Amino acid sequence: MKSAVFDRLQALRSAATPVALLTNLRSGQQLIVTATGSEGDLCLDVDMIHAAQEAIRTDESTSFETPAGRIFVHVFAPPPRLVIVGAVHIAEPLARMGALAGYGVTIVDPRRAFAGSQGFRDVTVSGDWPDEALEALVPDMRTAIVTLTHDPKLDDPALDTALKSPAFYIGALGSRKTHAARLGRLAALGHEQTALSRIHGPVGLDIGALSPAEIALSIMAQITAVRRGGATRA
Amino acid sequence: MSESLSETTPHDILATAAAWRGAGRGVALATVVTTWGSSPRPVGSQLVVDDTGRFAGSVSGGCIEGAVIREAVDAIATGRPRLLDFGVTNEQAWEVGLACGGKVQVFVERLGS
Repeated sequence: MKSAVFDRLQALRSAATPVALLTNLRSGQQLIVTATGSEGDLCLDVDMIHAAQEAIRTDESTSFETPAGRIFVHVFAPPPRLVIVGAVHIAEPLARMGALAGYGVTIVDPRRAFAGSQGFRDVTVSGDWPDEALEALVPDMRTAIVTLTHDPKLDDPALDTALKSPAFYIGALGSRKTHAARLGRLAALGHEQTALSRIHGPVGLDIGALSPAEIALSIMAQITAVRRGGATRA
Repeated sequence: MSESLSETTPHDILATAAAWRGAGRGVALATVVTTWGSSPRPVGSQLVVDDTGRFAGSVSGGCIEGAVIREAVDAIATGRPRLLDFGVTNEQAWEVGLACGGKVQVFVERLGS
């Protein structure tokens, strides 16, 4: 790989720009492709540039045959994101597990005493109100959102905003009774039943979790199952 | 500990490669480009290797790393990229195989060719 190609790839990645590196596996020649253009010494038909851009869109590395050799399309997407609302005791192990699983983690809690009292390493902490924080984060199809506060003043605006986003996972901590009441309030805000069914609540897989770390594990397992299409999607 | 953990994610492999290059070391990248069957690491998984054979990341979970590292050190010396085939059905080409029965193709290239 030429240094210029590598440096360009790193610059695009650090700017969180989805990018594909195309390599002719016979010659080693390469081309960098983004949603808006391409650069490099590998010459390809415009159809193949478009195929690479489709691979970027679906976040799936692939390869295709050409008369000049097989082309490997290596997609580098920004890390998926995990937004945790509530800097409560479960948030710390969940943030750490999320980071280990490759997520960019943000904890949202406007209650300064909470956000400041925990040792959150390698995590972005936002002190904004949850709906404002989520709107600013612009959740996409690679974002998971979990509310942990138990407090309707904080959880409800977060879930209201989450339901208006394409987030692939929405989870809310709370008992069945708490969750039923929560769904009633969200329905009153105008959310349809099909939208409300996107919320995983009570949150997490039923593994009998008791401690904060175990509950975080059950949540992270559920997020993984939803993202990867695992058999257990409860 | 935290360094070795962070080096296992694909996004940090390239950062490791950049740091090693910046330190004046010869560097090669190995990338899983094709898998068949139950291969242990998905397409796009990467290994970074320096000119002394030090490495970070993984392309198989341990089965073929030794052979990939040898090829990578040679690629750093010669600048010649190469496509390697591994699999239990390809024993004549390689003395190492994937115990799980999968097959994998790994592309090896020098950084700064």
